[in-house]
Amino acid sequence: MRYLPLSDADRADMRAKIGIGSIDDLFDAVPRDKLLKSLPNLPRAKGELEVERELGLLAGKNTPAGSVPFFVGAGAYRHHVPATVDHLIQRSEFLTSYTPYQPEITQGTLQVLYEFQTQVACLTGMDVANASMYDGSTATAEAVLMAHRVTKRKKALLSGGLHPQYADVIATLAHFGSSQVVALAPDPSGVEDIIARIDSDTSCVVVQYPSFYGSIRDLKPIADAAHAKGALLIVAVTEVVALGLIKSPGEMGADIVTAEGQSIGNGLTFGGPYVGLFATRDKLVRQMPGRLAGETVDAEGRRGFVLTLSTREQHIRREKATSNICTNSGLCALAFTIHMTLLGEAGLRRLAAINHANACHLADLLGKISGVEVVTSAYFNEFTVRLPGDAAKVIDKLADKGILGGVPVSRLLPGKPEVANLIVVASTEINTDSDRAAYAAALKAVL
Amino acid sequence: MNTQGRPTAPGSATKSDAQTFTGHRGLDHEEPLLFESGRADTTGVDLAEPKRQHTRLGGLERQAPIGLPGLTEPETMRHYVRLSRKNYAIDSGLYPLGSCTMKHNPRLNEKMARLPGFGDIHPLQPQKTVQGAIGLMEALAGYLMELTGMPAVTLSPKAGAHGELAGMLCIKAAHEARHVTDGGSKRNVVLVPDSAHGTNPATAAFMGYAVKSIAARDDGTVSADAVKAALGPDVAAIMLTNPNTCGLFEPEVVEIARVVHEAGAYFYCDGANFNAIVGKVRPGDLGIDAMHINLHKTFSTPHGGGGPGSGPVVLSAALAPFAPLPYAHHTKDGYRLVEHASERVDGHTPFGRLTAFHGQMGMFVRALAYMLSHGSDGMRQASEDAVLNANYVRAGLRHLMSQPFGDKPCMHEVLFDDAWLKDTGVTTLDFAKAMIDEGYHPMTMYFPLVVHGAMLIEPTESESKHSLDLFIATLADLARDAKTGNDKRRFKEAPRLAPRRRLDETKAAREPKLRWRPPAPKIAAE
Repeated sequence: MRYLPLSDADRADMRAKIGIGSIDDLFDAVPRDKLLKSLPNLPRAKGELEVERELGLLAGKNTPAGSVPFFVGAGAYRHHVPATVDHLIQRSEFLTSYTPYQPEITQGTLQVLYEFQTQVACLTGMDVANASMYDGSTATAEAVLMAHRVTKRKKALLSGGLHPQYADVIATLAHFGSSQVVALAPDPSGVEDIIARIDSDTSCVVVQYPSFYGSIRDLKPIADAAHAKGALLIVAVTEVVALGLIKSPGEMGADIVTAEGQSIGNGLTFGGPYVGLFATRDKLVRQMPGRLAGETVDAEGRRGFVLTLSTREQHIRREKATSNICTNSGLCALAFTIHMTLLGEAGLRRLAAINHANACHLADLLGKISGVEVVTSAYFNEFTVRLPGDAAKVIDKLADKGILGGVPVSRLLPGKPEVANLIVVASTEINTDSDRAAYAAALKAVL
Repeated sequence: MNTQGRPTAPGSATKSDAQTFTGHRGLDHEEPLLFESGRADTTGVDLAEPKRQHTRLGGLERQAPIGLPGLTEPETMRHYVRLSRKNYAIDSGLYPLGSCTMKHNPRLNEKMARLPGFGDIHPLQPQKTVQGAIGLMEALAGYLMELTGMPAVTLSPKAGAHGELAGMLCIKAAHEARHVTDGGSKRNVVLVPDSAHGTNPATAAFMGYAVKSIAARDDGTVSADAVKAALGPDVAAIMLTNPNTCGLFEPEVVEIARVVHEAGAYFYCDGANFNAIVGKVRPGDLGIDAMHINLHKTFSTPHGGGGPGSGPVVLSAALAPFAPLPYAHHTKDGYRLVEHASERVDGHTPFGRLTAFHGQMGMFVRALAYMLSHGSDGMRQASEDAVLNANYVRAGLRHLMSQPFGDKPCMHEVLFDDAWLKDTGVTTLDFAKAMIDEGYHPMTMYFPLVVHGAMLIEPTESESKHSLDLFIATLADLARDAKTGNDKRRFKEAPRLAPRRRLDETKAAREPKLRWRPPAPKIAAE
């Protein structure tokens, strides 16, 4: 077996040194009738070539995004990732290192995390960010729990523009943690009056920006209203490229910003692994979940980095920790940081501008089709379209024509007639003019 | 790692001899922060001007500078390559972190995860265009069920602690369902042995449970009697790690399961140490109701400097109906992923959803590639080798270092305490840091909490006998020096040969600097 260095002779020598006759002598504590006598009922070992063949067959049954005109978003976005990113994250020293608990020999990871935290803080317009969460949805659910701790209240108010699966994650934890969730009705056009629903029991208002439906709006009035009632404003961002073009949540008064960082540096990978961003104000840092890298000095006075403020964390505080999170998304955070370094502010702004222009162009094309209405008026690279009939069927027919045309809202919110005709459509820098023209032509044909 | 009782500030140290003009030391380059070397107008990505100028941004254009410096491609490459060289890694040396299973990460697995058919598919594209992906998830599920002897598995948890949450929520949901029918009492207590990983009590508390600690016996294991004494109508579950964090298989695990079930509670097993028993023992045969499996430990998906992980949870028949969304089922047209609670299939009553989308697909591919490569024979051999290697280390050091529970076989990790260092002035921390100068990553230290000055060594099956012999000889040499007090600097000033000396953790926590900020402008008048 190519991965196991011990030879049978080694094993025999080692058993003699230990003073045992058979390997099963080391499994003495296992009740005899529970020790398996035969191998598991699974195939035997395979060579690389055979594994590649077997997995290649499965991979071949999927339609890769890059093989067709592709307009799917709704929380995960296909962007071009520079080759440098994937090369660097496969450096052995990054890929096969553990959590940097021994800072003297993990300054590489620690400095990267410090850079990541700074980039995330800048991008979101916040004071401080942690070293990553699993993904955007779990980061947002953790933000709600943090708001409960900070405000000592237990009611979260969720915008109807929040990603339905994010809302589901929050609701699941609320159900079992005996806190309350008030979820507003789906809000495709971004016109809900959430301010009217904030009361003195509200711990936090959770809005998505741009919303699940793509719409953007000024959050300052919501922040002011929340603060006036003693509640926090949590802003979830599922498309962080947007923050290269539109105001940061921090500028508009957010108290916690969570985000799905997948768009920068990370591929689609059928939903994971992704990277959750989590940023907040300085004064709330000790209520944050997750790891934090901080600056310090070594015994010779040289600058170095360590994991810090770990008295918030489970390995020190156990049942009094702010969260149970341990493993996070280190390598995806590294990919984010490298891609963001390559982009820089200038590159990010341009990338965002291209995305916006592409989406506007697509909206113009689709809006001209008879019976099709673009519902969203202010948006970044994604918007919602109302079709004359059932949206899921249309997306299905488009797939048959070799076009992945977006997400029918009914896939995430089934059984709601008011959204059954809606699709959420994204156009990033990967789409060409001819992709968009092909989409418009195909949509016209299937309607 | 636990830091209780562990010094967090470096002592005084003499400066090392090699001072250079640049601060670099040969191959070890000092590297500024990106924010000190990058420039706002620099980019390493060439993008054309947008062809059209639209603004449908509702007047929300970002005006102020964002503060994100850029680097060109060669500068980016050099910056991160230099940083990478300050890291220890499995690929560069033995990484004996107990309970972390730092085994070899095959590159085939990386290649497979990057096939466009896996790496470039969207979680919400039509299901008929991702049948191979769902098929892969089902294949992985099949392997996990066979290896654990459990009838169900939920794949979506993102890491071990997230898996704990999933398993414990299944338990809470099962109690809630029973509460309606049997009018049973409200169960709000979870039993956790004091040797448990910190995530166990944190998970229980996260869900609103009160945590009741169970002390281990003098031999480092949990007795069924102690569990029985702690059980009552208020207990929802026990969370037990098996093999446990002392590196021992719990000999009374079957009896523990029996008394737990008798009391109407469920048995959650922390599967962090599954690597010791794959192909040898099936948790399902022991009476376990739920167990997470860290794909990033047992099944070699890389740790990546702290993640991502993946924490599928295998479930007993009693808990299976409550598994969270999404789950797959088979139809005449192929696989279907059920994503919403309104769609009820096959008696499922999911407790809810723990994450957007479907889980860590990239890790599923890597783990399945590992399983296919090893096969049933290779997986069992891997576990046997992992256990053999740990015991070989034990046999090589038992005459020099003390074992808290006596000299007896361990599973895939061997635990020493610091009794043998008594009166030497050398602490576990000093000893661990001295290992760094010898080219090794330290073992897990000060964990489990129940052992004073714990040193938990997990060599994994990836080490050759030659590698272990050198490791043992090195630790033996250090141990002799520690005992004789010959060379105190070797411990007190360690590490002397790493990119950094000991770092001041107290200062980091007292004066938190958690991000770079531009230096304050100099006052002009001098």
